[in-house]
Amino acid sequence: MAAKSIISRPVYGTLSLQPGKHHLFIADAEGALAIADLAAKAPADFFGGAHVIFIPGRDGKYADVLEALKPAQFYLGHSFASALPRLKQTLANAHMGLRLYLAGTEGLIGQAMHAALEAGIDHTSIQTEHRGSLARRMQCVHCKGITENVTTQPATCSHCGLLLLVRDHYSRRLAAFQGVCINAEDRSEIPPIEEVFR
Amino acid sequence: MSTGTTKLDVVVSDVVPVNELVTRFHFRRRDGQLLPTFSGGAHVVVEMRDGERTRLNPYSLMGSPLDTREYTISVRRDNAGRGGSLFMHRQVRPGTEMVVSYPVNLFSLDLRARKHLMLAGGIGITPFMAQTAQLAADGGNFELHYTCRTASLGTYADLLRERYDRRVRLYHDDRDERVDLDRLLSSQPLGTHLYVCGPSGMIGWVRERAAALGWPAETVHFEHFAAPQPGAPFDVTLALSGKKIRVDEQQSLLEAIEAAGVDPPYLCRGGVCGQCETNVISHDGKFIHNDHWLSEEDHRSGCKIMPCVSRFEGRSLVLER
Repeated sequence: MAAKSIISRPVYGTLSLQPGKHHLFIADAEGALAIADLAAKAPADFFGGAHVIFIPGRDGKYADVLEALKPAQFYLGHSFASALPRLKQTLANAHMGLRLYLAGTEGLIGQAMHAALEAGIDHTSIQTEHRGSLARRMQCVHCKGITENVTTQPATCSHCGLLLLVRDHYSRRLAAFQGVCINAEDRSEIPPIEEVFR
Repeated sequence: MSTGTTKLDVVVSDVVPVNELVTRFHFRRRDGQLLPTFSGGAHVVVEMRDGERTRLNPYSLMGSPLDTREYTISVRRDNAGRGGSLFMHRQVRPGTEMVVSYPVNLFSLDLRARKHLMLAGGIGITPFMAQTAQLAADGGNFELHYTCRTASLGTYADLLRERYDRRVRLYHDDRDERVDLDRLLSSQPLGTHLYVCGPSGMIGWVRERAAALGWPAETVHFEHFAAPQPGAPFDVTLALSGKKIRVDEQQSLLEAIEAAGVDPPYLCRGGVCGQCETNVISHDGKFIHNDHWLSEEDHRSGCKIMPCVSRFEGRSLVLER
C-alpha cells in the first residue's frame, strides 16, 4: 500500500462495483487479482458486459485469471503504450454510464486515469486499487523527460542523467511523480542510493 | 447580517407579466452603477417588506450574466404559499425600492464538462435562462429539455426555441409528452454533466435514474429551493441567547429567530446551502424536516435542524442559538 503523505500524492482504494451500463477494467500484473477479488463479489452475469484491458508483468502471469471471468471483451496488451490507442478509442466512443476500474501499478493507474481525464471523466468517479510494484513513473523537472519504473531513491534521469530526488509531489496531468536534482550545488556529492519503491 | 449576504439597494425598473402565473421583475441599482457580476445558476435573496413582516425569498437570476445593468427574476404566483409571491405580484410596481442580497451560486455550471444536459420543469427554467446565455456566449455545448404543463404556461419556451432552436426540446404535460429519461441519459457522450431544476418529484426521479444508470454523483447537479411550509405554531428556546420565541403559522423558524433579534448565518433560505444548520440541544416532539441539506441520518438523529424550511411539533425544542 502506498503511504499517505502530501496532498498531491494519490491514494488508492479497493475496487467496488458501481452502478452503470458498461464496465471498463484496465489492469497490469498483480492488478488482475484485484479484479478477481471484485469478481468474487459480483453478480454472476456481471462480466458478460465488461471490457478488460490487461497488460501482464514480466512474468506473464494472471491473464488466465481474467480470461476465466469471461468478459465480453478481453484485450491483452504488451505494454501500456501499445494498449493506449485501444483505450482512447474505447473512451471516445463511450457514453455516460461507463464506469472505469483501474488496478495494478501506480504507473498504470496514473496513465489510464490521464486518458480518462482527457475523455472528460472526473478522477473522483474512477475506482482504483494499487497492487504489486511500488515502482514510480517520474518526470525530471529539469529536462521534462519521463523515466518509467523508478525503484530507487535518488534515481537517475534516463534522459539528462541528473541524479533526482523522487518526490511524493504528483502530477495528474503528467501522470508522474516529480524528480528534482538532489545535488545541484555539488554534483560530486552522491548520496547513498537505496531501492525503496519495490 | 449574514455570511455572504451583503445587501444591494435596488429599484424595480420594470414589471412584465409573462403568463397567467408568472411575472418578471427587473431591478437596477439605485445609485445607477453596475450590479455585481454573477454566473449562470446564481440566485439573490429578495427582501419583501410587507408592513410588519419581512419575508426573504430566494430567486434565480435569469438574465444574461454578460449584462449586469439589471438583475431579472421570474416569480410564479403561489396562492397557497406563505404570501411572498403574492406580495411580489400584487404590491411591487415599477419604481418600488427594494433590497436584494449579493448573488450566490449554489447551482453553477461545471465548466470542465464536455457537454451540459439540462432538465427543467415549470418555473425551474429560470436558472437555465442565465446558464444557456452564459454557455451560448462561449460556444458551449448544451441541450435543454423543458417540461411544462401547457404551451401557454411554458414560461420562456418560445424565447428559448427562438434563441437556441433545436438545442431546446419541449414537453407538454397536457399533450402527454414525456422525457424518455433512460434513453436520454444513456445516449450522452462521456464527460456530460447533468443539471436539473424543477419540482422535487422531478429532481428525485432524475437523480435516481441517473445514479442507477451509472452517472457519478459529481456529474449530477440539482437545485430545488424548498419554500418554507406553513404549519402549526410552536415554541422554541434559544439557549445561547437566552430567548424564548414562538414560531407563527406563516413564519419560518429562521424568520422567527431573526425577529427575536438573533442573527444566524444563512445564504439560500431554501434548505440547500447548509449555512443555517443549527444544533438541537433537547427536544420533546417531532421534527418536520423539509431540507435537502442534512443526511437522512442527521434527520433521524434529532440533533440538527435547518431552520429556514423545517418545523417542529411537540412540547419543547431547545436550540443552540
